[in-house]
Amino acid sequence: MLVAATNPCPCGFAGVGDRCVCGEVELRRHRRRLSGPLLDRMDLLINVERPTEAELRDGARVDSASVRARVADARERQRARLAGTAASANGEMDGRLTRRHARLESRAEAALGRAYTVGALSARGRHRVLRVARTIADLAGRERISEADILLALSLRQRSGGELALVA
Amino acid sequence: MSAPATDICCDACLARPWLLARLGGHLDLVRARIEALLALDDGALIDAVGGTARAVITRDREQFDPARARREAADAGVALVCRCATVYPATLRDLDNPPSVLHVAGVAGRLTDALREEAVAVVGARRATPYGLEMAADLGRGLGAAGVTVVSGMALGVDCVAHAGALGGGGTTVAVLPCGPEHAYPRSKRSLHRRLLTDGVVVSELPPGAAVHRWAFPARNRIIAALAAMTVVVEAGERSGALVTARIAGTVGREVGAVPGRVGSSQAAGPNRLLADGARVVRGAQDVLDHLYGAGVRTVVDTRPPLEPELQRLLVAVEEGHDTTAAIARAGFAPADGLAALAALELSGHIRRRPGGRFAVVP
Repeated sequence: MLVAATNPCPCGFAGVGDRCVCGEVELRRHRRRLSGPLLDRMDLLINVERPTEAELRDGARVDSASVRARVADARERQRARLAGTAASANGEMDGRLTRRHARLESRAEAALGRAYTVGALSARGRHRVLRVARTIADLAGRERISEADILLALSLRQRSGGELALVA
Repeated sequence: MSAPATDICCDACLARPWLLARLGGHLDLVRARIEALLALDDGALIDAVGGTARAVITRDREQFDPARARREAADAGVALVCRCATVYPATLRDLDNPPSVLHVAGVAGRLTDALREEAVAVVGARRATPYGLEMAADLGRGLGAAGVTVVSGMALGVDCVAHAGALGGGGTTVAVLPCGPEHAYPRSKRSLHRRLLTDGVVVSELPPGAAVHRWAFPARNRIIAALAAMTVVVEAGERSGALVTARIAGTVGREVGAVPGRVGSSQAAGPNRLLADGARVVRGAQDVLDHLYGAGVRTVVDTRPPLEPELQRLLVAVEEGHDTTAAIARAGFAPADGLAALAALELSGHIRRRPGGRFAVVP
């Protein structure tokens, strides 16, 4: 598994009130440093916000043990579903396995189709969103992928600047 | 339909675009303004810019074959409309130097339909900021949805986004190219060009195959300025071609508007200067409609599907400034549901994600 982090801008304060001092040119250069195709190969792209003071003080709200139990359940479902194939978890599914095991409700199909046609997703991105949605449904203990699962998977793929960046 | 099924163009007019393409880079070598050069007749123009090639070009001009020009246009799928034709856009006659032929790529007759009512030019910087691109897209979409044709130059940045916005709003749009209209310039905008050929219209003063030269940009800007009843500059540096369009729009008696920018931003220098000089303030498509038709006569219509109550509630929350995922959670949306709903609003075009991860409501 690859986990990577980047600053939102050279000064590190973009999105924190007016503290960011970077100019347009610097922001553009900063964004270009991570190429589109590289980012496209990430499953999850998440904008991490500055925590509030209270959040820092109170610490985690969800305890690790209950999360661990849900993850173990979800992985067990995946192992059972993928038994006899080269994959043992959703992240290892190739295009063929994804098509077979990521079954969508009709509204989920429509949402994914729309995301693809407006240009918010590449073909590779679509495949990755499907696998993430499969995992979201597994965590909820559902076999069919719902519209909310697809939308959540799309939301966890935050290419900032999104559609407009593609049009321009 | 008053649409031309075939070419409406006389032989005499056809020589001019041929000559402009033949002169090509010669027109870049003299210091005179291209607008003044284009007001010259063919002989004077050759004398002014032909240099040592004058004699050759004059001879070529005498041997010009209009039948061949028609054939080449037909092969490229380009219709010809000359200034002697009744369907030639009357607005272009306000120029000192109207193009003698419009080369029209795409659906024949679309140009007449697109220009039946007053059109609006949305032009601006290639290297626009996210703010400029947003404003251009919203202007294009709002005007398109209100049935107003958007005219622009298909340049990178503001122009392209304005065209795409107009098509997205269900409207029509006219692209004026600085080269033959049958191929995309810039090349990277091939897919937009294809959409324009089916759902909009692409025109040029220059014949199919004509290459791009420096002079051709201000030259096509005069066409944009004349075709539109109002030119709106979104973002532009001090030396931007969009300011040429605005200047010409003023000289041919058109309205000029500008989108206010942030003082100090280099791309805001152009529009802010225009505003200081008396241009109309344009905060969105509604301002343009109000200027053109009178306040409240025509309104921007929302073509997006109505929202379910839960999504509507989230949209209001974003509008009120809950513009990050954490802020939305604080506004009472469960994290997973809130994220999914944000994606739904983004897909339906009600909100957009800004660089930096904040959400903004699309008007």
